[in-house]
Amino acid sequence: MAKAIVCRGLVKRYGKKVAVDGIDLEVEKGQCLGLLGPNGAGKTTTVEMLEGLHAPDAGSIELLGMRWGQGNDHALRQRLGVQLQETTLGDKLQVLEVLQLFRSFCERGRRIDEVLDWVGLRAERQSRYHTLSGGQKQRVALACALVGDPELLFLDEPTTGLDPRARQSLWQVVERFRAAGGTVLLTTHYMEEAATLCDRIAIMDQGKLIAGGTPAELVDGLGQVQFVEFETGDAVDVASLERLDGVESVARRERQYRLTVGRNVKRLTSVLLELERQNVVPIGLSTHQATLDDVFLQLTGRGLQAAQTVAEEVSK
Amino acid sequence: MSAPVAGVTSERFHPLLELTKARLREFFREPGMIFWVFGFPIVMAIGLGLAFRSQPPEKPAVALLAPGESGAARALLESDVLAAVSVPEAEALRGLARTRYALVVDLRGAEPVYRYDAVSSSARLARALADAELQRASGRHDVLSPRDEPQTLPGTRYIDFLLPGLIALNIMGSSVWGVGYSFVVARKRKLLRRFAVTAMRRSHYLLSYFFSRLVFLGLELGVLVAFGALAFGTIVQGSGLGLVLAALIGAAAFAGLGLLIGARVDNTEVATGWMNFIQLPMWVLSGAYFTNERFPEWMQPFIQALPLTALVDALRLTYNEGATLTRIAPELAILMAWALAGFAISARTFRWQ
Repeated sequence: MAKAIVCRGLVKRYGKKVAVDGIDLEVEKGQCLGLLGPNGAGKTTTVEMLEGLHAPDAGSIELLGMRWGQGNDHALRQRLGVQLQETTLGDKLQVLEVLQLFRSFCERGRRIDEVLDWVGLRAERQSRYHTLSGGQKQRVALACALVGDPELLFLDEPTTGLDPRARQSLWQVVERFRAAGGTVLLTTHYMEEAATLCDRIAIMDQGKLIAGGTPAELVDGLGQVQFVEFETGDAVDVASLERLDGVESVARRERQYRLTVGRNVKRLTSVLLELERQNVVPIGLSTHQATLDDVFLQLTGRGLQAAQTVAEEVSK
Repeated sequence: MSAPVAGVTSERFHPLLELTKARLREFFREPGMIFWVFGFPIVMAIGLGLAFRSQPPEKPAVALLAPGESGAARALLESDVLAAVSVPEAEALRGLARTRYALVVDLRGAEPVYRYDAVSSSARLARALADAELQRASGRHDVLSPRDEPQTLPGTRYIDFLLPGLIALNIMGSSVWGVGYSFVVARKRKLLRRFAVTAMRRSHYLLSYFFSRLVFLGLELGVLVAFGALAFGTIVQGSGLGLVLAALIGAAAFAGLGLLIGARVDNTEVATGWMNFIQLPMWVLSGAYFTNERFPEWMQPFIQALPLTALVDALRLTYNEGATLTRIAPELAILMAWALAGFAISARTFRWQ
């Protein structure tokens, strides 16, 4: 199959800090690749190098068989749709006017009303941009990326800060674009988003790719395990729990415990019996199958949400 | 050619037209901006025009200390050129100290005594007028009989001087802000980088500023010229083409200055500081409100090289001295040089992100 994106050995440094540290990516036409990772992992820098906003310090980029800076950038841009993080489009402009503006840059493209239907904003076509909700603004941004009928779509954290309903309505638009044969590269730190939209996922942390594959492959890579989590104020004999047959590991953070257990009801029962024997009263006991969140936890030793929180605190 | 696909259209909106329309819409939907560009200079012209409006010549106020109805006292009280009143001495002296009276004439002695502030030219004028009246009343005969020809030349009132200055200030303000500030805001909102990843031609983006400024300039110039003519009767006596060209090249010079700031800065507070820093010396030095000829000689070459000075002079010569296009050519050349320098430097320093 033809490749939509091929990049090799991408490096970007800001002073001494290495933001992107040797990334290789390949995306086939018609596929959706998700770049997953916490803030500060280098996702945005990577995507913006692919979009031609920053020149990489090292490495090569090939999009739809073309390269940046070889005299046909304009032709290449005609084939790309881009949605950047946090852009404020003209506050005083109507949705329709914003789209007309972006449509005017493209030699060919879609009818504006059709794109407005896609993103569900036909009723708001005359509304001024600043009166829209966060979700509607994100959909306008997506519409701006789609109005030129691109072959390759870049979405940088398209749903960050949106409520679940707004997020789902955006996912539908992306799925529709894919159904028409479009290729997508999106960054996200929502596991659910990656699992829903992406054929393949590349997990990034601290400028490097630390794992890649289909969502199922990544989850299966953890082995046939499930997770048992609970909270308790009682004293727990961790060593006895670890000695149980089928318990692979016990992690503790203050009053919270997380056990990695073989995917088997009998193993689960023996854990519960052991807790009863120790007179431990678990609060908020839950068990779940492995998810991409667990993959990230396994790979980096910290949860994606925890990594997210740390990154946000650092950035403040 | 690929087969037509449902929904795909090659129907075109011209990017330059759309970009220019977007700029104009953003402006006209911001009521505050409209006031600052059009309303403010008009309010200013009305205020200053009223304060400095032409009045009939003022009669100097004279306080009279007279023992009774004498011929000398009557000559002063009935004078056409003085506003004289007879008051008690204490009030006369208090009024002199407070500049209510320019002169106190004491007629109680054998000879008149004049009390006035010797360094004040209006007080000395009052003294001369009062003295002439008294001398004539006492029988002096004037030898010469001069003929007065009072003149009211067009273009010699303060408002005639002020209006071209206000137009020039307005062109400076709206060009520096209109170009510089909007680039800074667009960069701050990350709109510039959003445009940079589209297939937009960057030259179209810059040209859209040119065309939208052109529309604003036409409106500003039209409003202020019409206002000056209707409200104060201040009319352009020189070349209309010269006026338009001076405004156009002046606007380009200030747009170049705005662009120098807009090329790099991504913080609106910093940009505001720079814009005031650039404009402040010109507000003071360029002679928009009052003549700059009183600044010391060594400053003059610097003052004359400022773009606002060149624009004020070109507009004022055209307005009030009937200047032709060739007469304002030196000013236009200075403005052109500023414009070229501004654009050339910004083209090298401009950052899209």
